[in-house]
Amino acid sequence: MSTVVLLLATGLGLGALYFLVASGLSLIYGLMHVLNFAHGSFLTLGAFLGWAAAQRLDATSWTGFVASILVGALVGAVVAALTELLLIRPLYERHIEQVLVTVGLSLATVALFEGIWGTDPDFIRGPAWMDRTTGVLGARIPNDRFVIIGIAVLVLVAIVVFLRKTRYGMVIRAGVENRAMVTALGIDVRRSFTLVFAIGGAAAGLGGVLAAHYFGYVSPSLGGSLLIFAFIVTVIGGLGSLTGAAIASVLVALLQQFANYYAGGTGDFVIVLALAGVLLVRPSGLLGKAA
Amino acid sequence: MRITPDNRAPASSPVLVVEHLSASVAGQQVVEDVSFTVPATGITAVLGRNGVGKTSTLKGLMGLYRRSGAVTLAGERIDALPTHKVVQRGVGYVPEDREVFARLTVAENLRLAERAGSATPERRELVKRLFPDLVQRRHQMAGTLSGGQQQMVALARVLLNDNRVLLVDEPTKGLAPLIVEQVAEALREASVTVPILLVEQNLEVVRHLAGEAVVIAGGRVVHTGSATELLSDESLTRRLLGVHTDTDREVHP
Repeated sequence: MSTVVLLLATGLGLGALYFLVASGLSLIYGLMHVLNFAHGSFLTLGAFLGWAAAQRLDATSWTGFVASILVGALVGAVVAALTELLLIRPLYERHIEQVLVTVGLSLATVALFEGIWGTDPDFIRGPAWMDRTTGVLGARIPNDRFVIIGIAVLVLVAIVVFLRKTRYGMVIRAGVENRAMVTALGIDVRRSFTLVFAIGGAAAGLGGVLAAHYFGYVSPSLGGSLLIFAFIVTVIGGLGSLTGAAIASVLVALLQQFANYYAGGTGDFVIVLALAGVLLVRPSGLLGKAA
Repeated sequence: MRITPDNRAPASSPVLVVEHLSASVAGQQVVEDVSFTVPATGITAVLGRNGVGKTSTLKGLMGLYRRSGAVTLAGERIDALPTHKVVQRGVGYVPEDREVFARLTVAENLRLAERAGSATPERRELVKRLFPDLVQRRHQMAGTLSGGQQQMVALARVLLNDNRVLLVDEPTKGLAPLIVEQVAEALREASVTVPILLVEQNLEVVRHLAGEAVVIAGGRVVHTGSATELLSDESLTRRLLGVHTDTDREVHP
């Protein structure tokens, strides 16, 4: 029983990280039809600069932790918005070129990060409470899992409220459905492109800080390793569906954890099988629009 | 009272002048060389057989398809503007198949359409009066509406704003006769204050509404003139549109 509870908590924590990456990927694809391969770089940079901010204040204090979260989110948002403005926008409507430029950016930034911070993982610390565990139904759950899950849920709620209650959110929802018709109402839909990049970048940057706590280190490859699973989550959930991304994040992470434990470390393999299965049965994903 | 061509005010300078418009989509030319004008009042019908490029002409005017040629709206060239700026200059667009946002509520669809400084309380009142159904169903997802109700959303979106001209593409397509009448009535009422360029296959609707008619064939304009005269000339109608009109049936019962 305690093993199952521990696997559930770890899986939900990992799912929370997947969601923070996948939410942006899904929104960006839904609105702009761009698969953003540079999304992992937003995460990595958020993690590094967030960690730098925490160290500067006091990495073991809550102030340092909160500052690292804010810095991570801000860095992610700014870098993502700049990426959209400087690299994606000039290639308007040229989807293949847009994807290629994000692939190039991801390769170049990983090399850049390795140049700055080296290739070795940089082990990090947080507030002492986060390093301890709490007993839940006989399992010792690392406290950072609760923080990660809690923050991801807050991000999900914040994005949903933004999409439902604000005019920009309405423009984004309408644009995901039918971008041409949004422009035919006199709305400059390109402004919302920058906005979804910024929102997705903020979630990814914040996710980078949390991922560093989850794994215990930051490294230039942090983003890339999460990005692959986030892509799988996005496809399984249905490209463009935020709810789909949230559900698929949890399913994929739990499946991965349980398969790793009970089926001899086959978690990644099982996820790829699940992806193939979903694509065969529901090609548009769990909650995606029918193609 | 119906506005017929006879009691319509004489056209002053046209609101929209289209010269040598061509349009292409995915590298394929869909409109070759279309020139016509839209008078400053009343409804101008765009007619032609299926697939001659009526919808593409409208999409070209809106900038939704890549286009070339000159399009002048009330003296200003709009052919180089992106779609959202064309709309901001006062061109309201009701697309074929309505294209309402299915996952947004009726109220959200309408709010999204309201342009700053253009939508006024009087216009909101007009929309409420023309389409009382939409007020009742304001919290309903637009995707769950009937075709007729979706058409009302699509029309309301342009009537909420102060436009110089409306481009309306097959508003009665696939609708029940009663709803066709309601849509036609809304168009007639709207045309009192704003000129309309109307693509319409239902010639009965055209006969009731349109003053002028532009006939397109093979990506070009092949006829312009009074809609009533065109539709009462059975051989011309048959030749240009490939259809029998009611007059036809009356002559050969």
